[in-house]
Amino acid sequence: MRGATGRWRAALIPLLAVLLSLLIGAVVMLASGYNPLPAYAALFVGAFGTPFNIATTLAHSVPLMLTGLGVAVAFRSGLFNIGAEGQFWVGSIATTWVGYAVGGLPPALHVALALLAGAVAGALWGALVPGLLKAYTGAHEVITTMMMTYVAIQLSHFLLEGGPMQAPGYTPVSPDIRPSAFLPLLVPRTQLSAGLFIALGAAVIAWLILERTTLGYRMRAVGFNARAAAYAGIDVAATTVLALGLSGAFAGVAGAVEVLGVNHRLYDSFTAGYGFTAIVVALLAKNDPWATLGAALLFGALSTGASYMQLSAGVPSQLVDVVQGIIIFFIAADAIIAWLLRRSRNRKEVAA
Amino acid sequence: MDEVLRLRGITKRFPGVLANDRVDLGLLRGEIHAVLGENGAGKSTLMKIVAGMLEPDEGRIELDGRPVRFSSPRDAIAAGIGMVYQHFMLIPVFTVAENVVLGAEPGRGLRFDRREAEREVRELAERYHMEVDPAARVADLSVGLQQRVEILKTFYRKARILILDEPTAALTPQEARELFQVMRNLAGQGISILFISHKLDEVLEVADRITVMRHGRTVATLRPAETSEQELANLMVGRAVQLTSVRPPVERGPAVLEVADLTVQREDGRPAVQGVGFAIHAGEVFGIAGVEGNGQAELVEAIAGLRPAAAGRIRFLGRDVTAWDARRRALAGIAYVPEDRVGTGLVMGFTLAENLALKRYFLPPLARRGWIDRRALWSEAKGRLEAYDVRPPEPGLAARALSGGNQQKVILARELGSDPELLVAYQPTRGLDVGAIEFVHGQILRLRGEGKAILLVSLELDEVLELSDTVAVMHRGRLAAVFPAGEADRERVGLYMTGGRERAQEEEGAGR
Repeated sequence: MRGATGRWRAALIPLLAVLLSLLIGAVVMLASGYNPLPAYAALFVGAFGTPFNIATTLAHSVPLMLTGLGVAVAFRSGLFNIGAEGQFWVGSIATTWVGYAVGGLPPALHVALALLAGAVAGALWGALVPGLLKAYTGAHEVITTMMMTYVAIQLSHFLLEGGPMQAPGYTPVSPDIRPSAFLPLLVPRTQLSAGLFIALGAAVIAWLILERTTLGYRMRAVGFNARAAAYAGIDVAATTVLALGLSGAFAGVAGAVEVLGVNHRLYDSFTAGYGFTAIVVALLAKNDPWATLGAALLFGALSTGASYMQLSAGVPSQLVDVVQGIIIFFIAADAIIAWLLRRSRNRKEVAA
Repeated sequence: MDEVLRLRGITKRFPGVLANDRVDLGLLRGEIHAVLGENGAGKSTLMKIVAGMLEPDEGRIELDGRPVRFSSPRDAIAAGIGMVYQHFMLIPVFTVAENVVLGAEPGRGLRFDRREAEREVRELAERYHMEVDPAARVADLSVGLQQRVEILKTFYRKARILILDEPTAALTPQEARELFQVMRNLAGQGISILFISHKLDEVLEVADRITVMRHGRTVATLRPAETSEQELANLMVGRAVQLTSVRPPVERGPAVLEVADLTVQREDGRPAVQGVGFAIHAGEVFGIAGVEGNGQAELVEAIAGLRPAAAGRIRFLGRDVTAWDARRRALAGIAYVPEDRVGTGLVMGFTLAENLALKRYFLPPLARRGWIDRRALWSEAKGRLEAYDVRPPEPGLAARALSGGNQQKVILARELGSDPELLVAYQPTRGLDVGAIEFVHGQILRLRGEGKAILLVSLELDEVLELSDTVAVMHRGRLAAVFPAGEADRERVGLYMTGGRERAQEEEGAGR
């Protein structure tokens, strides 16, 4: 019982943060001469109004779910992986290469191999440089994962702009991957692919690893208190490398799913910055794998609904960026919300 | 003497807890009044009420006979009540003077008159005999001096009632003595002091009156001359407490731990332990006394396998374990209770069950092939929590939800539960109240009775003298002296602790 109420209480603050952000967004709309009610109605319809819209929302959520899980796994180990974007990129690159260069495989195997390539590339990007540097020299992962993101993006420019992965022609784009590596679409003529199931499966895996395996136990012990972990004989350095590797693997799979399910090739600068939004997703979800799915869905819905809101209610879609920004603010400052909660509770006590 | 502060029937409830239950207390002008009680007895709640941090649900506060109401610390400060918290609220990069005047700075408009601030603070320090340099940066001061800055802060705001919340918790014995001197001076100048503590010897030494609290109530108010440590302990705990442990004779077995020529380095490469050698036998408590920072921490960590030996050998049950890592040593039967419960001994965010598994989470029956068996974890935890009387015995509770004494019991349950041959205990009773200390000492002597070896390192000399069969003194990284229990007394050991090795030997030579 206590556990259940504790869980609800923990969920209360992020939920309030979202509601407050929408409220402040409404005030901003009012101040700039828009009526927030039809705007939010349009936002909601745009995100969930039709099966097509729902599918688009889910499609936008999938990469956020996967990268969000990656960031959450690192956070639980006490590591701030802000380089999910870079790990997403190298995952995309490796998957694309396996997608077009490897032929003659049955579809299931080809997809599996391509996903694996993305996971391994992301894992190495997280573990090899940032992980090892953190574990053995103490270099802070915020710096190194960020730097590795720039390296990844420049690497993709090099590969695509006249480099070895450019398809014949002048556009900086890779060859198409083979149809045997396509992830099947769940809803025709949308971007929603079977990648959704991969994201859901990834959440199960993340949860199982964190809560049910000795590796997860080690990671959480190090995350909570590295001194106590070392005292107990846990190899903190190795755990750090593994945790950043695991985190990178999730982000790498996100890139893989985007290539196999949506784009089927690698474009120059094709991402929407999922790896960065993932940080907010993980924060909003308090690094809980299940909640990460929900938070990713929320952000997917916001970005999908925004364009419809602009079209039908005439409210600039940038307003959604404002709402997202305020969510970030409230998550970062959840002490404010906890304080507001306490105050209202005290009031009640006094009234009683 | 007239009464400056009177609490009448103060009651404060928190969800599920009655923290203060109709508390009455009177404070006289110029009096040092100790409030004594175990952790959780309601002392801190009461003091927060007096300091305006909390409002009582019932009851009232009278100042100089007139009822007052504080709705914030500001009100209490304006009424002349100053509180020094256990955790200081100072800005380390500011100077002493800047910290003292903070919030009430002298100057005009936006201009801050630093010189005036320093002059005022210097004057204040002289008036109350609390020497401290107003221009020094707080970060550069010792804990004892930082505490003075906190006290000066209250006087700068014209406090005439001073509340000190466990003021000696972070002090060295020397600093504590200086604090008591300061307290007596202040009382002599008419300042009234409420002194919160759970240390019996301290309140007997410094207080004019002692009020004992238990379960949120005041159970007695006594004068030191009329009472004793034993009576105070019994009142605090609510039953007859065994203050001193009896060591029944135990037959000494073979050597369990043998340390030879051990040298251990600090992080900066300087030696912390230099050529130390000793042996601990089955059924023996080997106590090491000493002033903090003389290499005890490094010695203990080297034995536990958390710090490499720069030179020398460590043998455990006849095997050379010098090259073994911490995990291997723990599994071989070396239990280690670290000094820092919160920072090292426990993972505060973990449940009790997870904390109890900290050293064996990967072994059957707790785990198989990398998967943790939650049910095994919980059922083992349940058993251990009950065996070691942890309250509440809930495996799913977070470690941070427990009191200090119960946290220490969890550590003991983990370390002793797997039947070790050697217990290394570093400051095992630091910060614990009387009941918990009794429990920890009882466990150490139980192990001794079972023929285990115990290395007890403590800064509390009395603890070492009381429990040890052999008493060693550590000074500047060396064992300055080793005595059998019968030959160790406070004076001799104390002399070696302060580095009076030569002096001590001279005196003993002269005595012969």
